[in-house]
Amino acid sequence: MKAFAELLEQLILTSSRNKKVDYLAQYFAKTPDPDRGLALAAITRDLSLRHVKSSFVKQNVLERVDPQLFALSYDYVGDLGETVALIWPETESGELPSVKDFIAFLEDTPKAELPALFSDLMDLATPNERWAMIKMITGGLRVGVSARLAKTALAKYGNVELQEIEEIWHGLTIPYLKLFAWLDGKTDKPQIKHTETFHPLMLSNPVDEIKDFEKLSEADFAAEWKWDGIRVQLVFNEDTQRMFSRTGDDISHTFPDLTESLNGAAVLDGELLVGKDMEPLPFNNLQQRLNRKTIVKKHLKDYPAFVRVYDILFDGEEDLRTLPWQERRARLESWMESHDNKRLSLSELIPFKSWEELKKIREKGAEEQGHEGIMLKRKTSVYEPGRPKGPWYKWKRDARLVDAVLMYAQRGHGKRSSFYSDYTFGVWKGNEIVPIGKAYFGFTDQELKQLDKWVRANTIQRFGPVREVKKELVFEVAFDSAHVSPRHKSGIALRFPRINRIRWDKPAQEAETLDGMQFFVEGQSDS
Amino acid sequence: MKPSRLAIITHGHADHARPGHDHVIATPDTIEIIKRRYGENCAKTFEALEYGVEKKIKDVTISLHPAGHVLGSAQVLLQYQGYRAVMTGDYKARPDSTCASFEVVPCDLFVTEATFGLPVFQHPDSADEIKKLLKAREEQPERAFLIGAYALGKAQRVIKLIREEGYDRPIYIHGALKKLCEFYQERGINLGELRSPTGLKKDDFHGEIVVGPPSALKDQWSRRFPDPVVAYASGWMTIKQRARQSGVELPLVISDHADWNELTETIKATGASKIWVTHGREDALVHYCRSIGLEAEPLYLQGRDDEED
Repeated sequence: MKAFAELLEQLILTSSRNKKVDYLAQYFAKTPDPDRGLALAAITRDLSLRHVKSSFVKQNVLERVDPQLFALSYDYVGDLGETVALIWPETESGELPSVKDFIAFLEDTPKAELPALFSDLMDLATPNERWAMIKMITGGLRVGVSARLAKTALAKYGNVELQEIEEIWHGLTIPYLKLFAWLDGKTDKPQIKHTETFHPLMLSNPVDEIKDFEKLSEADFAAEWKWDGIRVQLVFNEDTQRMFSRTGDDISHTFPDLTESLNGAAVLDGELLVGKDMEPLPFNNLQQRLNRKTIVKKHLKDYPAFVRVYDILFDGEEDLRTLPWQERRARLESWMESHDNKRLSLSELIPFKSWEELKKIREKGAEEQGHEGIMLKRKTSVYEPGRPKGPWYKWKRDARLVDAVLMYAQRGHGKRSSFYSDYTFGVWKGNEIVPIGKAYFGFTDQELKQLDKWVRANTIQRFGPVREVKKELVFEVAFDSAHVSPRHKSGIALRFPRINRIRWDKPAQEAETLDGMQFFVEGQSDS
Repeated sequence: MKPSRLAIITHGHADHARPGHDHVIATPDTIEIIKRRYGENCAKTFEALEYGVEKKIKDVTISLHPAGHVLGSAQVLLQYQGYRAVMTGDYKARPDSTCASFEVVPCDLFVTEATFGLPVFQHPDSADEIKKLLKAREEQPERAFLIGAYALGKAQRVIKLIREEGYDRPIYIHGALKKLCEFYQERGINLGELRSPTGLKKDDFHGEIVVGPPSALKDQWSRRFPDPVVAYASGWMTIKQRARQSGVELPLVISDHADWNELTETIKATGASKIWVTHGREDALVHYCRSIGLEAEPLYLQGRDDEED
């Protein structure tokens, strides 16, 4: 625990990325297993501990310190964990447990004995060590180290390429014994089955209609609809079937209907959607199924999950990523043919001859089917993780615009904490205005200053950080789509709303009405 | 703060010693320090008073007693018809080999500073902080170690502590520290070999220790050193966020002020029944004093900044 606390202090006090990498590499070099692996997991926040609440920590310290002295100190220091670490009045000499034992204590101690364990640990520690332990048990370990930085440090420590770590990362398990054995040169690289681990995704860039189409030849590209769901990777074989989000989060358990359907062995790239008979419903139906810990039976029935598949990375253990897109597509089509599945469908290709023609198809698709836009993929493109410039483009449909009235403004965060920068706006419903959304970008810094000034001068009520303003200022709000939402008073929710223009000139009476908004709303019959 | 006809000066820090008074009473070392900082004529007349020597002004007897803060620092004891009042000035109770050790002066009224008057301030052993510095130096021998420390007292104490850990290479000091380091050396406090970094090349500073005033850490002056580790010797370094915000990579919690435990222990040791708290976080210390049955009041002084080192 001592070395770990020291590492955390170094990481928090260093702003340089390279030095953080060095500190981590040094820690890996001098720390035995399994402590270094557990520390790594704690830092990348992959370690899930039985966390205690900060109120538990506070209660324990208040048994030892005068409450008013504690309150004054907390007020001055600003961080509960640090205040407790510094103010803890008792010290005893003795050894702190290793990271491994510390975690074991935490997991195995019955709840009633936790306060005694906690105070024993605090007594034995220096302020810095107390701080590290408190941060660990309350789950607030924020030391400015991303998973990527941690992997960079591992690569440096083992003198291997970062890409090699990335390749196997998602197949490793805490405390990473096989990984460290390999980095120490004691064993070969851990063999991870490709069909059991996440592979970093290839992403696209927005197309610039004016500049890009001049240079791009129609014949070099294939077009597909841009599906309005979430990007997923399906990773499965006979033993395991998993689904990952684009950032590599395992979301298998949220969509058992889908993962249980997978047969064969492959890594597929596609879009997760919901709908009966693989007809996609609007995004907010999918959203109801996301981020849920428990699965709602009704959702499984009403919003069955399926994936529009558009790429294949591995067929069994065979790596197809270095093949050109065209060949991968052929492999994907034949794979789909030989693996019948009611939850997977091929993302169809859109035939087109000219950009002009494709533009019309895109507009028609947006109007008639509510498609979000079109994806363009270079036929020769290999599957390259990251966002390379050139091979893949997204061509979104034009944003929708609505004139709405500013209702409430809230203070922003960080750099904007002194500005009212988050705006709630609404449209007319009879004689009242009902909120339809919230936006906090789309304006310049100069405009933000003007808006802030306007908000302060036109406040009619205050609720904490929020001000209600006179219903006089009109925003032209841009958004990607509108959906039915029972959670909003207006019954409407907007996707990606942003302030397109501030209509200082426009009277509020001329803003949009709720009836007028219905024109934009998709998926009404399904709500 | 207006110049005064008679000023008793506790020590030479700028927020306690100001020029322009008619007559100044202080310890011999403090008078010497004031003269070196503000010039020979910074007061009309000076009167050196050794520790423990009593001087009568009308019905009041004045004496100065070691405060353990910096060289020459003193507490002031005023006695009037058997009533004893002590003004501590700045003080710390732990040992410091660059100045006379703090002495508990029994009294009825104790006027104490409270720079670190919150229980979160529990200063660690200074020698351990220096060990941290020397360990970091061994681990990163290619970098220079730049320590921010105030020119009077803190800089000399840090250097002395480094020497006491057995470090005998030359230590580089910023020009602003030169005069006072020389004075300390003249007074028999051995700081070892001190050098100016002027005229040397970047490559000359790998693994070297450099001491400068805090203001120089982020100044052009620091650019001459190779990838310096910015260290800062101060009681404020206790608070991690504070160290981080000021860009300090190696915080050294070394203070010339009493920490919470020293403050509370000293208050009890003086036997005073009335405590006036000033200069810092009065609220917490006043609350503490009242909680142990003492009469306590915050005392807000004229011309004080909120914070000093």
